[in-house]
Amino acid sequence: MNDFTDGAWNFITTHVNLVLSDLGTHLVLSAESVAIAIVLGVPLGVWLGHIHRFSFLAINISNLGRALPSLAILAILLPYTGVGQLDVVIALVILAFPPILTNSYVAVEQVDADTVDAARGNGLTPLQVLTKVELPLALPLIFAGIRTSAVFVVATATLAGIFGGGGLGDIINNRESYGLNGIIAASYILIVLAFLVQIAFLGLEWLVTPPGLRVSRVKRSRRRGGAPGWPSPADLPDEHADRDRGEEGAASEDALAATRPRPGL
Amino acid sequence: MTGLFLAGGGGGGPVIPNFGGGTSKCVIDNGRFCWDWFTQNWSGTFEPALIQHIELTVIAVGIGFAISFLLAIAAHRARWLAPPVTFLGSLLYTIPSLAFFEIMVSITGINWFTVEIALVSYTLLILFTNTLAGLSGVSSEVLDAAHGMGMKPAQVLWKVELPLALPTIIAGLRVAVVTVVSLATVAAYIVPAGLGKPIFDAIGSGLFNTKFIAAGVLCVALALVGDGLFAGLQRVLTPWAAARRGAA
Repeated sequence: MNDFTDGAWNFITTHVNLVLSDLGTHLVLSAESVAIAIVLGVPLGVWLGHIHRFSFLAINISNLGRALPSLAILAILLPYTGVGQLDVVIALVILAFPPILTNSYVAVEQVDADTVDAARGNGLTPLQVLTKVELPLALPLIFAGIRTSAVFVVATATLAGIFGGGGLGDIINNRESYGLNGIIAASYILIVLAFLVQIAFLGLEWLVTPPGLRVSRVKRSRRRGGAPGWPSPADLPDEHADRDRGEEGAASEDALAATRPRPGL
Repeated sequence: MTGLFLAGGGGGGPVIPNFGGGTSKCVIDNGRFCWDWFTQNWSGTFEPALIQHIELTVIAVGIGFAISFLLAIAAHRARWLAPPVTFLGSLLYTIPSLAFFEIMVSITGINWFTVEIALVSYTLLILFTNTLAGLSGVSSEVLDAAHGMGMKPAQVLWKVELPLALPTIIAGLRVAVVTVVSLATVAAYIVPAGLGKPIFDAIGSGLFNTKFIAAGVLCVALALVGDGLFAGLQRVLTPWAAARRGAA
C-alpha cells in the first residue's frame, strides 16, 4: 500500500510540468462544458420556473439525461465528431445540462407563492419579481445544480484522455509511458480534484444563500440526520415532500429523482 | 439535440479493415452504421457484452441494496447511525469512477470483484438515503394507528412502514440501476466485459463507427429499459399511489 503511495508521489514530483499541463487541460475542458451548460440551462430553467409551466419538459429532460451513460454518448458521437475535444465537450455538456436545468426550474418554481404575491402587491413589475424576489431565493438551489454538474464533469472529463481530448485521463490512458505510478498518481489527483470542486461549490452555495436562510438549512439537515453541510441526495425529497404530497405526488417524485445527484464517470 | 448529431462531418481516423465477419462496402468504407456487420456480429460480440453488462448491474444493485437496506433499517432505529453512513456514502460517491477502478485494481487485482466493489459503493448513498427517507416519511398518525391496533415493532416495520416507503425505495433503485449501467461501461477499461468492451476495443483498433454506435445505443437502451422496469414495478407494487394519482 505504501509502495504505490510513494510511487505516485514520486511520479508527481518528477513530472510536475506534465501533471500541471494535464491538470490545466482537464480544468479548461471541464469549465468550458459547465459554462456552456449554465448558459443553456439556467436561463431556460429560470424562465420556465418563473412562468410555472412546462414542468413536464423541465423534469423529463432531466430524467432522460440521467439515464444517458456518458461513455455511450461519447461512443455514439464519435463517428460524427471524430476523435478529440469536440466529442468530449458535447458529451460533457449533455451530462451537465440536465441537473442545471431541473434545479433552476425547481428553484424558481418552488419560491413561496405568498412571497411572490406580496412582492406583486408592493407594486413590483414581473421583471422585478424575478430579479429581486425569485432569483435571490432560488440561487442556492441553482448553485446546487451547478455543483452536481461540475462534480460529474470533472470526474467524467477523465474519459477525454481515452477519446483523444487530453487532461488527466491522458496519464491514466498511457500505461506504457507513465506506468502504474502515473496511473495511481493521476487517480489520486482526480479524487482530490473532485473533492475540491465539491467543497468550492458548497462554499459558493453558502455565499449566495441569503443570510436569513443559512441557519435554517443547517438545522433542517441536522433534523433529517444528514451530515451538516455535506449534500445528501435526500436533501430535495424532504423539502418537497411537505408541499407536494398528495396533490401532485407523481410529478414531484419524478422531480426529486431528477434533481438527485449521481456520480460522474 | 439532433442538430448536434448532424454537425461535425465525416468520422476520421485510420481504419484497419479486419473487423471480423463480412467485408461489405459499408464496412470497408467505415460507414456510419453497417447493419450487415452488426447482425453478423450480434451473437459473437454484442449479445455476450449485453448479458455481461446486465450481470454486472444486477449483482452490483443487488448487493448494494442488501447492504443499504439493512443499514437503513438499523439507522431508522438508531438515528445516530445516519450521519456517519451518509457521510461515508457521499465520500465514496464523489470519487471519479476511473480513478476508483484503477486504485482498487492495485489492491484487489484485475477481476470482477474489483469492479463490483466500486459499483456497489456507488449505489450505497442513493439506496441508503432513499430507504431511510421513505421509512422516516411515514406519518406519525399512521404509526399511532398501527401501535393502537396492537402491532409489534417488527409488524409495524414490515406491514406499515416498508409498504409506505416502497415508492421512495424504488425511486432510489431506479437511480441506482441507471448509475450502475452507466459506470459499468467504464469498468470495461479494467475488466474486458460488458458493453464498454466493444467501445474500448474500437478505440484501440481502427475506430470502427458501427461498433461505437451499436455499443453506445445498446447501453443507452439498457439504461432506459432498466429505469422503465422499475418505474413499472413501482406502479404494480403501489396500486394506491396510482389511485391517488387518478383522483388528483
